[in-house]
Amino acid sequence: MMSNGMALLAIFTLAIFVGFEVVSKVSSTLHTPLMSGANAIHGVILVGAIIVADHSSNNLELWLALVAIVLATINMVGGFVVTDRMLEMFKAKKK
Amino acid sequence: MNRNLYDLIGLAAAVCFILALKGLSHPKTARRGNLIGAFGATVATLLVFFFTGNKDDKNYHALPLHHLPLIIGAVVLGLAVGVPAARKVQMTQMPQLVALFNGVGGGAAALVAIVEYLKLGNEATSAEVIATVFTVIVGSVSFSGSCITFAKLQELMTTRPVVFPGGRFLIAANLAGVFAAGAWVVNSGGNTSLAVLGGLSLLFGVLFVLPVGGADVPIVISLLNAFTGLTVAASGYVLQTTLLIVAGTLVGASGTILTRLMAEAMGRSLFKTLFGAFTAKPQAATGEAEARPVKSGSPEDVAILLNYARRVVIVPGFGLAVAQAQHTVRELADVLASKGIDVAYGIHAVAGRMPGHMNVLLAEANVPYEQLAEMDEVNPTFSQTDVALVIGANDVVNPAAKNSPGCPIYGMPILEVADAANVVFLKRSMRPGFAGIENELLYDPKTTLLFGDAKDTLTKVVSALKNL
Repeated sequence: MMSNGMALLAIFTLAIFVGFEVVSKVSSTLHTPLMSGANAIHGVILVGAIIVADHSSNNLELWLALVAIVLATINMVGGFVVTDRMLEMFKAKKK
Repeated sequence: MNRNLYDLIGLAAAVCFILALKGLSHPKTARRGNLIGAFGATVATLLVFFFTGNKDDKNYHALPLHHLPLIIGAVVLGLAVGVPAARKVQMTQMPQLVALFNGVGGGAAALVAIVEYLKLGNEATSAEVIATVFTVIVGSVSFSGSCITFAKLQELMTTRPVVFPGGRFLIAANLAGVFAAGAWVVNSGGNTSLAVLGGLSLLFGVLFVLPVGGADVPIVISLLNAFTGLTVAASGYVLQTTLLIVAGTLVGASGTILTRLMAEAMGRSLFKTLFGAFTAKPQAATGEAEARPVKSGSPEDVAILLNYARRVVIVPGFGLAVAQAQHTVRELADVLASKGIDVAYGIHAVAGRMPGHMNVLLAEANVPYEQLAEMDEVNPTFSQTDVALVIGANDVVNPAAKNSPGCPIYGMPILEVADAANVVFLKRSMRPGFAGIENELLYDPKTTLLFGDAKDTLTKVVSALKNL
């Protein structure tokens, strides 16, 4: 049985290879939406922001965490919405 | 039971992100991929509101969450800002928006690490402190760097590389300061050291992006995007949240590959682009330009030229999108096609302001997919082309990229419009392109310049063409 830290390191290492693999052959046509979509995915830091807001033990920590929640929500939701807007148009031109 | 279910749902969300990136890599599945990613992110977020996490882990939290009303209020505020921005943004302003979204994500990751660090105080293990230092450095650099790229793209500041005397020394000193402050945090902890680290990192983000020229800005956005991914992964390590590690690492790895692919499409060395700060030299402004003669024509002249052509290649650039002339261009292409003239669009990989941007802009105007030709397809055909119609593009057809070593775009593959029998440039003025480089092709005897707003001028060309 691996220690918790080692298990997380293993997950990290494997995820690097998956990340390399999934986008290795993407045409330049899709560079903009792919960048925008990947950008939205890291907005999932929202989960971390909510957890630290719960953990906060004084006002400074709480307000920093709340700012993080606002920023992360903008990143995540805005990112997915704008990527969908772009890709919707890509579909239209296929007709 | 609760524990396994929590982990399983988190794992499912992670799988959604892998499928999302996979889907986004192919035109047919791209939209579905994005929706799968959005679904995964929604599930991951809701999970925090309904499960406490594992008691032994750092991500364990109360249920209902402490400060729940404030948390929900913050999420609603984020939605109120993010959704309208994403829905209303002009497609021409896409690169700025992506830069901004990336910057706020990096800022959020840095704040999460700071709060967790403040809370842990002296209890933090050295691995956690190192992960925190990493997140604060990279998250802050990503935040301030993205703000500068936003300012460059929005043209709030000059798009040329900003190089000043002693700049190299200042950047090197700043970087050394960042590392020293990082070591200070690791060794002695405390809040002052962390504040200094954050401040120096923010400054480094600014100094790092300032010397990057306009044309290279998209590469920097992509790289900062990958950076932000890695900070999210590091936060995931501190909070012992597998989902954040997987999501952050995926974005970090795929973002790195994407950055390299973009640099390749532009014929740029990634190293040179990034460390331009250390090698860039102040450039002398070229003042000789105005005096040289150019051949300018009327819309009627261009209509006649087009009318007797057999093959026309339209090369659209960012100026076309700024003038909102996409629909007029399509009308022109339709009129030409109805006269039996062969029409194609030559799309440079970095036409517009970021890779693939022009495809998005023309898709918005319903230009048929089959008419869009990538550079490698269209370049060999220019020698059989009678007219190359360059609309609001400059850098992507600038022969300086081939002929003048040392110019900022040297080495970038270009559309070889000079091989066509005639070249027509639609321009607003003699102002150089985004990269700020003079274009020799403008002075070539076979080049005709048509000055004016792209939309007005094209409308005149279309009506003249219909009367012929």
